Amino acid sequence: MAETILDVRDLRTSFYTDEGEVKAVDGVSFSVPKGKTIGIVGESGSGKSITSLSILRLLASNGKVVGGEVRFKGDNLLAYSEKKMRGLRGNKISMIFQEPMTSLNPVFTVGQQISETLIEHQGMSKKAAMAKSVDLLKLVGIPSPEKRVKQYPYELSGGMRQRVMIAIALACNPEILIADEPTTALDVTIQAQILGLIRDLQQRMGMSVVLITHDLGVVAETCDYVAVMYAGQVVEYSDVRTLFRKPRHPYTIGLLKSLPRPDADQEKLVPIHGTVPSPLHMPVGCRFNPRCPAATDLCREQLPDLFDDGEGNQVRCWIYNEQWPGEKEVDVFGEERIARR
Amino acid sequence: MEKKELLVVDGLKQYFPIKGGFLGRTVNHVKAVDDISFTIHEGETVSIVGESGCGKSTTGRAILRLEEPTEGKVVFNGDDLTQLSKSDMRKHRKDLQIIFQDPYASINPRQTVSDVLDEAMTIQNVLPKRERRQRIIELLETVGLNAAQADRYPHEFSGGQRQRIGIARALSVNPKLIICDEAVSALDVSIQAQVLNLLDELQEEYNLTYLFISHDLGVVRHISDRVIVMYVGKIVEIGDKHSIFDNPKHPYTKALLSAIPVPDPDRERNHIVLRGDVPSPIDPPSGCRFHTRCPFAQEKCRVDVPELVRHEGMKDGHEAACHFVEEIERGEVKPRELAVTAF
Repeated sequence: MAETILDVRDLRTSFYTDEGEVKAVDGVSFSVPKGKTIGIVGESGSGKSITSLSILRLLASNGKVVGGEVRFKGDNLLAYSEKKMRGLRGNKISMIFQEPMTSLNPVFTVGQQISETLIEHQGMSKKAAMAKSVDLLKLVGIPSPEKRVKQYPYELSGGMRQRVMIAIALACNPEILIADEPTTALDVTIQAQILGLIRDLQQRMGMSVVLITHDLGVVAETCDYVAVMYAGQVVEYSDVRTLFRKPRHPYTIGLLKSLPRPDADQEKLVPIHGTVPSPLHMPVGCRFNPRCPAATDLCREQLPDLFDDGEGNQVRCWIYNEQWPGEKEVDVFGEERIARR
Repeated sequence: MEKKELLVVDGLKQYFPIKGGFLGRTVNHVKAVDDISFTIHEGETVSIVGESGCGKSTTGRAILRLEEPTEGKVVFNGDDLTQLSKSDMRKHRKDLQIIFQDPYASINPRQTVSDVLDEAMTIQNVLPKRERRQRIIELLETVGLNAAQADRYPHEFSGGQRQRIGIARALSVNPKLIICDEAVSALDVSIQAQVLNLLDELQEEYNLTYLFISHDLGVVRHISDRVIVMYVGKIVEIGDKHSIFDNPKHPYTKALLSAIPVPDPDRERNHIVLRGDVPSPIDPPSGCRFHTRCPFAQEKCRVDVPELVRHEGMKDGHEAACHFVEEIERGEVKPRELAVTAF
């Protein structure tokens, strides 16, 4: 495994609402190797976006990181002053969001918005920054960049806007790019362009990418490692091949079985029963237990740790622990039975 | 066995005027749907796929006359819907129902579930009032909700449950055809699978016909019998599911299919990456509308509009609107550039 550039340990983020404390992220750990892409997958409300916002400390005012560490090249970002943090954002660690229209300022030109980053972090003159902006637009594959640099966001298509966002994010050669659902709002042919672009630039610049997505297809095609999140926790972490070939957590297995595949025929989808629990009323024990076909009393009483298999693959499930009281082979969502190690 | 034709769409056009200028005159039109024809047989599921702005949702709305079609015929069970008076059309809506993408926006937040279903039945005069309560409970159970939930308000339900309410409402009037406009797109995968399975079961039980409008090709492959691919207001390819997914002929269909990320890390990834964006339907490209992005485009494509026809090597009912299907197959027309990348 390559050198670790970002290490998130036991991250906990809570929001304080009228109805009480919402533990949106509750003990998330994963690491990002240099130059690699890690995917964070999960469904709505799993805490994947809040995890990324917590890393950059961009939480809304009622949200707070209440525990854990975010180590960037050894330094704990949670201990940084706000000023130091500002020097890091958009510089060493950049972020792009799902909706490029709302992330761009409608009253400034594309060039002004790219320049802002360069002037702020690299102390460039306005003129030099504008010239670099043109280069960056060229880099992200925007035709006639000299013309585009003077345009406003509304004059660009969705795919173009996302390219501009990427140009801004890459302006200072970041070491990490956090991309939160960067292609969810785009059509598939445009998505293919943007994912290809990110991959291409990553290889050229050697940066690490944290890709937050709900799309398992995107994960399979772009990520090296994957963290699967459920109800505020990582339930499985492994390299991408292991995750798709030998998923271990019942939630991951269920997700893969509910996915209608574009590349094969399936008789019947196997859905996961029930719904995601409310963060205000998390189940006791394993958070997936009310929906898990293999759940035992142990699962209903005690939250399992992330068990490591010694090869860097982790799973938060009692099935893979000596304490498991059930059978040796466990039936999860029909057909194949998963064998315990 | 020849199946009965339930819906025949013939030469459908839907143009939206663009008002502008000093006097608010019509200065141009958005040609959202531009002369499309297709047939849906009883009991089958036909999907329309395509990217934003291709006209797939507009087609669904035009069939129901939620927008008055500009031109063309929509023949349902022998009656041309476009010729009906407003009140006759309302009667026909009993047979044609629609489920929308956003279950939050398509259900009145101030009505209980029971009110929502009751209203639909009242408008279509489906059952005498005293039998309705029983029917409402049956409907809720059919879609996987329970009787105790009948008097709750929409905000008390999750997204997936709300979509089930939308389905129950569509079913309440015993329709023959249900148009599902991105009906599962807003749902998480685990919930989406529940709703897709439900739609499957209901189809079998009530011999329903679905027109399924979606941009998600995984969902489309799963649910469809036949698939229509649209691009900027036109049908570019139509055929049974396997012809479209395993033997696509139109360069756009090929590019679209190759662009889908597949949940298999070992699969060889050769994406045909199309340059540029989808053109505007206000002033669509001349000739074949795909020529501006097509790697195979020739001079002829800029000038002549291709017909939707069956070419050599295509199964019955499989048609593509491309001048050079056979030449491309034989390798006589080559792509201008290598537009394949692996990411």
